[in-house]
Amino acid sequence: MAASPGAVSPVSATASSPTLEVRNLQTHFFTRAGVVKAVDGVSFTVGRGKVMGLVGESGSGKTVTGFSILGLVDEPGRIVGGEILFHGQNLARLKEEEMRQLRGNRIAMIFQDPMMTLNPVLRVDTQMIETVLAHTKVSKEEARQRARDTLGMVGIPSPDERLKSYPHQFSGGMRQRVAIAIALLHRPELIVADEPTTALDVTIQAQILAEVQKLCAQTGTAMIWITHDLTVVAGLADELAVMYAGRVVEHGPVNGTLDKPLHPYTMGLIGSVPSRNKRGEPLRQIPGMTPSLLNLPVGCAFRTRCPKAQDKCQQDPPLGELLPGRRARCFFPYNMPAEAAA
Amino acid sequence: MSTPIIELKGVSKRFSKPLDLAGKLARKLGAPVKDETVHAVDGVDLIVRKGEVVGLVGESGCGKSTLGRMVAGIMPASNGDILWHGKRLDSLQGAEARQAKLQTQMIFQDPYASLNPRMKVADIVGEAPLVHGLTKRSEWDGYVDNQMRRAGLDPSFKRRYPHQFSGGQRQRIGIARALAVQPEFIVCDEAVAALDVSIQAQILNLFMDLRRELDLTYLFISHDLGVVEHLSDRVVIMYLGRVVEEAPAEEVFARANHPYTQALLSEVPRIEARKKSFAGIKGEIPSPLNPPSGCHFHPRCPHAFDRCKVEKPALKEIAPGHKSRCHLNDRAA
Ligand SMILES: Nc1ncnc2c1ncn2[C@@H]1O[C@H](COP(=O)(O)OP(=O)(O)OP(=O)(O)O)[C@@H](O)[C@H]1O
Ligand SMILES: Nc1ncnc2c1ncn2[C@@H]1O[C@H](COP(=O)(O)OP(=O)(O)O)[C@@H](O)[C@H]1O
Ligand code: SF4
Ligand code: SF4
Ligand SMILES: [Mg+2]
Ligand SMILES: [Mg+2]
Repeated sequence: MAASPGAVSPVSATASSPTLEVRNLQTHFFTRAGVVKAVDGVSFTVGRGKVMGLVGESGSGKTVTGFSILGLVDEPGRIVGGEILFHGQNLARLKEEEMRQLRGNRIAMIFQDPMMTLNPVLRVDTQMIETVLAHTKVSKEEARQRARDTLGMVGIPSPDERLKSYPHQFSGGMRQRVAIAIALLHRPELIVADEPTTALDVTIQAQILAEVQKLCAQTGTAMIWITHDLTVVAGLADELAVMYAGRVVEHGPVNGTLDKPLHPYTMGLIGSVPSRNKRGEPLRQIPGMTPSLLNLPVGCAFRTRCPKAQDKCQQDPPLGELLPGRRARCFFPYNMPAEAAA
Repeated sequence: MSTPIIELKGVSKRFSKPLDLAGKLARKLGAPVKDETVHAVDGVDLIVRKGEVVGLVGESGCGKSTLGRMVAGIMPASNGDILWHGKRLDSLQGAEARQAKLQTQMIFQDPYASLNPRMKVADIVGEAPLVHGLTKRSEWDGYVDNQMRRAGLDPSFKRRYPHQFSGGQRQRIGIARALAVQPEFIVCDEAVAALDVSIQAQILNLFMDLRRELDLTYLFISHDLGVVEHLSDRVVIMYLGRVVEEAPAEEVFARANHPYTQALLSEVPRIEARKKSFAGIKGEIPSPLNPPSGCHFHPRCPHAFDRCKVEKPALKEIAPGHKSRCHLNDRAA
């Protein structure tokens, strides 16, 4: 549906359907202490070649969201509601066998700990070739060639030599790159990356982010980048979804969301980044702590920490489109134009 | 200028890695195999003065924690002198040695691993001050309450165990324990690295409040340049065991001199930098077992020239209070 070359094309909203559309996802854990609503009504979309940053404090439900998409939620957890539409197909309804066909093939996950992907007792070449052969009918030599090419793509020098190594012979950064290479082997249409650079040095993190960026642009892979670090997604993502206590509280393009956040929680997160504060002065902080999911405040879950909370916040605010393309779950948002706020 | 609390002169730390089985076998068979030695800290000079916050940064494995442990007196140096108020730390005896130990406290990254899981918070915080006579048995309860309150913990939690607290609260327990022995100097090793940004902000604010209230001095070890920039007066940058640059904080962030510092700063992710194209310093951090010759940074340095491979650059003053270890500074002169 590309416009003819040279034509000034108005952006069409229906240009292409998104790679992933999550609608009102609910994933709950049925524990002895009670039902933990780890993900409780999460919605967002990710388009082809786009990076969506999924941010929030620890325990806000980011990882469970990612696991739900990949069909990796285990007992006592269960997807109890909503849809996960991958090119229109509802993943939440797939049988385990059908899901296995997609996983590692058209949809891949990169974990915070690369050893979740890597097998410590197998050489890297063995693992990569097996992964290729699991989903594609090619010769072993072709599979090896694909492995070598993919390692090169994530910036691993002398891939031939590296293929013969075991995971423990790599540094943390290299190991994560091998795990990323394995995720890329089948040129997936969707990658869910869960804090993959959090444990790495800034220099190595920047190298990996550079590769990821190139990849999405070149292959059209859609990416969900999960992190608690706003500064990383600021440079990487196109869109941002901010989670708090199992729900998306704000969702929109990176620029608008970081420049003029609507939700008080987003505002608080941005304010507490050290470089946003004057050197030596106290950092702006969000008071209190994340509430236990077993004991959430009635109404808006952020109420007990929110500087703008009022009586009305004892009701549950809906996630509404408060500005074009900008959604937030709040009765009294920041940064609303005067006429819209009235 | 105020007196140095700690002064390091040419301090080094070497660890020798025992040979693995293959290595031992090879040596038995007459091969010339030597024990592998890591030069974790290599000839570091450092002064920390009363009331200062000194930030120590560098990539993983460059020797920050090792240096921090030596400064805190919990690990001996292999070479060089560590002076505490002008006296050699390793020559102190009796009461003075105890004093030095109490006056310098260390706070670690993983609050959980550094707290005894079987002790109640009250005992974790209050044991050392009682042993060292900083409080009497009869006043102990009130003393512990005060320490907890100062670290932002509700004293009514004092009968609880560490696992009953969140990560941020556990870090506060570590802080209360360190403060309880009334130190003058605190070494923080990645003390906020494991915490969420919002909790990190609370803990950093607490550090700054305590600094004012108690006139504390900090050595603040962190790989997060944003954090270091925010609270340090002076910044020291290490690469593979050596200090490569040292300057007042504003100076480092405005006019970094060393190519490694410049590269590091350009990689700091910032919230203002949207859709930036990441580049990355080329190459891996080299193995400290086998560091590159001459300037350790030369295989990754965009400005490296012949001399860098063969000659180790000296740490030289390039402006008042600003030191850098790079041959380029000789060229410019
Ligand atoms: N007890 C030890 N035995 C052997 N080698 C050690 C020991 N402690 C540290 N090292 C080595 O010394 C070097 C410096 O380690 P150190 O822990 O000081 O690094 P660091 O800068 O604190 O890194 P990080 O940012 O990962 O905490 C590393 O190569 C490390 O492997
Ligand atoms: N297996 C499980 N059993 C019970 N609760 C769980 C389980 N896994 C996750 N949770 C809970 O779900 C919530 C969200 O967790 P998670 O998605 O891991 O958070 P995040 O990735 O945002 O840090 C947390 O309260 C967590 O304790
Ligand atoms: S709904 Fe009320 S309590 Fe919740 S974030 Fe908005 S203002 Fe704050
Ligand atoms: S001494 Fe040479 S290699 Fe080292 S930092 Fe300076 S220019 Fe680069
Ligand atoms: Mg997680
Ligand atoms: Mg360390």
